[in-house]
Formats: sequence, C-alpha cells, structure tokens
Amino acid sequence: MAISINGQDYPLPADPRTSLLDFLRREAGLTGTKKGCDHGQCGACTVLVGGVRINSCLSLAVTHEGDEVTTIEGLGTLAAPGAMQAAFVAHDGFQCGYCTPGQICSATAMLQEIAAGWPSDATEDLDAAPALTDAEIRERMSGNLCRCGAYPNIVAAIRDVAGAEA
Amino acid sequence: MRPFDYQRAERFEHAAQLVGEDGTRLLAGGTNLIDLMKLQVETPQTLVDIGRLSLGTIAEEGDGLRIGALATNTATAVDPRVRRDYPVLARAILAGATQQLRNKATTAGNLCQRTRCYNFTNIDQPCNKREPGSGCGAIKGIARLHAVLGTSDQCIATYPGDMAVALAALDARVEISGERRSRSVRLRDFHRLPGDTPWRDNVLDAGEVITAVTLPAPVGGIQLYRKVRERSSYAFALVSVAAVIGIEENRFTRADLAFGGLAHKPWHDPRLAELLVGSEPSLALFDKAADLLLEDARGYGENDFKIPLARRTLAAVLCEATGVEP
Ligand SMILES: Cc1cc2nc3c(=O)[nH]c(=O)nc-3n(C[C@H](O)[C@H](O)[C@H](O)COP(=O)(O)OP(=O)(O)OC[C@H]3O[C@@H](n4cnc5c(N)ncnc54)[C@H](O)[C@@H]3O)c2cc1C
Ligand code: SF4
Ligand code: FES
Ligand code: FES
Repeated sequence: MAISINGQDYPLPADPRTSLLDFLRREAGLTGTKKGCDHGQCGACTVLVGGVRINSCLSLAVTHEGDEVTTIEGLGTLAAPGAMQAAFVAHDGFQCGYCTPGQICSATAMLQEIAAGWPSDATEDLDAAPALTDAEIRERMSGNLCRCGAYPNIVAAIRDVAGAEA
Repeated sequence: MRPFDYQRAERFEHAAQLVGEDGTRLLAGGTNLIDLMKLQVETPQTLVDIGRLSLGTIAEEGDGLRIGALATNTATAVDPRVRRDYPVLARAILAGATQQLRNKATTAGNLCQRTRCYNFTNIDQPCNKREPGSGCGAIKGIARLHAVLGTSDQCIATYPGDMAVALAALDARVEISGERRSRSVRLRDFHRLPGDTPWRDNVLDAGEVITAVTLPAPVGGIQLYRKVRERSSYAFALVSVAAVIGIEENRFTRADLAFGGLAHKPWHDPRLAELLVGSEPSLALFDKAADLLLEDARGYGENDFKIPLARRTLAAVLCEATGVEP
C-alpha cells in the first residue's frame, strides 16, 4: 500500500480525495511540484509516472499504488543538477520560477517521446521520425504555460540538451 | 470535493455490478471526472476505479482494429496501424488537449467527457444538463462555444471532443457491456441530441460500461482533421472537420465528413456524401455541400460566427483534399 516517489516509498493517503499533487506537497513534503490552476490547464504540476508525464492535479493519489513517481527533486540536486535543470539555468529559462519544475519534468519526458518517434500536432509526416524543430518543441510543450513568458529561453534550453544527447 | 467511497475494480464484472447503483461513477484517466468533482458538478458517492482492468489493448480484429476502452489517447495516436491506416484519428487526437492530458485520457473517458459549457461547470448557474428543470443559462447568455445544429430549447451545449469526430467520419462502433447484455452501437448513434432530456449525453444506460471502440477495415484515401480554435494549441474546437475523401478520375468516390463544435454530438449528415460522391470537385459544389449541412443551423448570438466559419472550414478541407484552388 505505497507510492514510490523518487525511489522512496510513501504510504497511501487516508483520504481518497487527495490529488497526487497535494499528496506530493503536503504528505511527502516535496514542494518542488507546483499548483497553478488545479484543473489541468497550466502544467505547473507536471510529474513523471513510470517515466510518462501527467498533470498530478487531475490524478488521485490512491490510484497510484505501486507506481513510480519522479518529481523535480528526483531529477537532480543543487549540488548535482540534472542536464535539463542545468540547461534552464544556463539559458535563463525562467523568471519567477513558478512554472519551472513542471517545465523541466515536461521537457525531460518530451525528449524521450521524440526519441521514441511519437508524433505531435506539428508533425508533418505521421510515419517519419519527428524532427526537433522549434515548432515541434513549442507544440509539445504547449501544456506548460509560463506567465513570465520565458518561452524563447525554455526552447533554447531544451535544444541545448537535445543537441548534447544527439 | 465531496467525500466519496473509493473502490478499485479488480474484475470487469465487479465494475459493471457497482456502476449499476445510483451515485456511482467510473474513474478511468480522471482528467474530466476529477476536474468536475473539484467543481462539485459531479458528486459521486462511490468512485469505481477501472484503471487497472485489462481493457487497454489495441489489436487487429477481422480486417479492422479494436481499441480498448482504457487505451490511452497517446497509445492510440502513436500506434503504427492507426498512423498508417486511420491517420484522421491520430490527427484528431493529437489536435486535442496536451501531451500530459493525452497520456492519461482514455478512449472511453474521451467519448464520455462532458460539455465545456460555462454554465454547466459553474454550480451557481442554472443548467438543465446538470440540474434538470433549472433552466438553461446559455440560451440568451454566454454561448460562444455553443451549438448551432440539433439544439433544443432545453440545452444548446456541444460535445467538446476531437477524437470522436474522427471516429464518426470513420464509422467506428462502440462496444458496450452490462451485467446482463452486451451490445455495439455506431459511434454516429452513440452521442445524443439534447431534446427534452439534456442530462443524457449518450445512449449508455445505468450499469453499462464501454469496453472498446472498433474501426472498420482501412479505406485509405485522403484523411484530414482541421480544428479551428482560439489559439493554435491547447484549446477546444470552435469548429472542426474530419474528412475521409476518395477521388478517382477527378470525381469523389468517398466523402465521409464529420463535424465537431457544432452540436451536442459529432455531426454526421449522410446527405453530404450523397451529394458529393460521383461529382467533380468545385467551389460551387463545396458551397452546395455547406448549404445542405447548415440548412437548419441556428445561432444564439455569441455563436452566430460558427455558421459562416463551418462553411469556410468545410470548403478549406475539401480544397485541401481535392486540390481545387480556394
Ligand atoms: C485543460 C484541458 C484541455 C482539454 N482539451 C481537449 C481538447 O482540445 N480536445 C479533446 O477532445 N479533449 C480535451 N480535453 C478533455 C480530455 O480529452 C478528457 O478529459 C479525457 O479524454 C477524458 O478521459 P479520461 O479517461 O481521463 O476520463 P475520466 O475523467 O476518467 O472519465 C470521463 C467520463 O467517462 C466515464 N467513463 C470512463 N470510462 C468509461 C467506460 N469504460 N465506460 C463508461 N463510462 C466511462 C466516466 O465515468 C466519466 O463520466 C481537455 C481536458 C482538459 C482538462
Ligand atoms: S447549454 Fe446545456 S449545458 Fe449549457 S447551461 Fe444550457 S442546459 Fe446547461
Ligand atoms: S496545477 Fe495541474 S495543470 Fe495547473
Ligand atoms: S518563470 Fe514565471 S511563470 Fe514561468
């Protein structure tokens, strides 16, 4: 009866109403994941479940028994930041930083999706391997809003990591 | 959110049995239901989590394809058979929501998603769909998203989804199972018009569960999904068109069209194919098709624009499919 978060087990919440987002922040004390809209409209709460990105605000924690959740805290530390975290810093991919954990989790999963050949709405040919154009990055990141409008630098940070991996 | 009893269905029969009871709702991806529970639009006493039932398979069946009720929208859109043989379906799914949402959203949950009418989602407003008999706050109110075809004086809401519009063009079927019987209905007949019972979105009876959507044998042709919205991504359709078009010797051999954003259901008018098939594509013909489609269209003020927009979007799709200069 547990959820694994960044490799550590946490007991399921007593109240089934608890969203995965509230569970992370309140019960696991992992406040890196942010609450923007609480209705699936902003992406601030994006986390990875079994490597797949989802909005944690629209998911009940009890439904994640046995799942492996990765949050921004699981992608690196201040002393040893992950590649995407370091690239966001290097490219000023934020201003206030509120949307940033969600952006970084989302971007991390997005590069895996492109590598797996998943098409997007911006993909011209559904059968070809998707190219890493700015249009593709923007469409694929459209579930993460940034009120500070740091978008150009976010795209630059993602390109940087993608280039390094390619 | 109101308190509820959480039950995880371990077997299909268990889910079907529980969902027959009053105040029970099925939970699939949760991206619509949990949203509405937070708004207290949905207040189930029991939530039956079907997320772990093995209903997620996408498999060939006969000459067609069977997409399990719990297959995620992502799994369907990236499936190589869907991309190759039913590209209009992949396109429609990819045009909807965001990657995060599509990763959780399921086939059945998508079909059963509720309207985005602002009065429906605001419990302080009157709404016949949410609270039968309370009136419709959208008629003479904020109605930008609302329907222009098949409305009633009780409700003018639209079915908001994209995937089902493509499924209507493809003439897919919905497989339904209950405790006692199983049946299959055409997707084109699955969603309802509001009439005098706007609280019923579709033909599911109490105790029935969607198990799959089945696609007929691939028909090839040119398949397009065009979605017109307020911004270029992450927004619901104002008007959308799904088209499966065949052309031989400069004549239509197939013209299966379905429309989103216009009605309480994905709109399919069989008269369009009757008009188009056998004829030579031309702007004049496309105009006639739009006349037929919109013959009984009626605006409610804020959504009047949808009528000319539907005409232009239909023409644009047919031009793209046939190469006629717009
Ligand atoms: C911000 C936002 C933007 C969106 N944009 C779009 C968009 O552009 N286009 C679009 O098409 N959609 C859009 N969506 C809607 C999204 O596609 C739906 O929320 C999703 O498809 C619902 O699937 P689910 O599995 O999460 O359903 P759930 O929320 O789990 O369930 C929805 C309904 O279906 C019922 N249900 C689930 N499974 C079954 C079953 N097997 N049998 C019978 N009933 C069942 C549930 O009881 C519930 O009533 C958007 C959603 C959000 C939050
Ligand atoms: S249009 Fe339908 S859903 Fe919207 S307020 Fe009227 S009755 Fe309710
Ligand atoms: S907080 Fe989850 S999408 Fe906004
Ligand atoms: S950095 Fe402020 S919201 Fe994105």
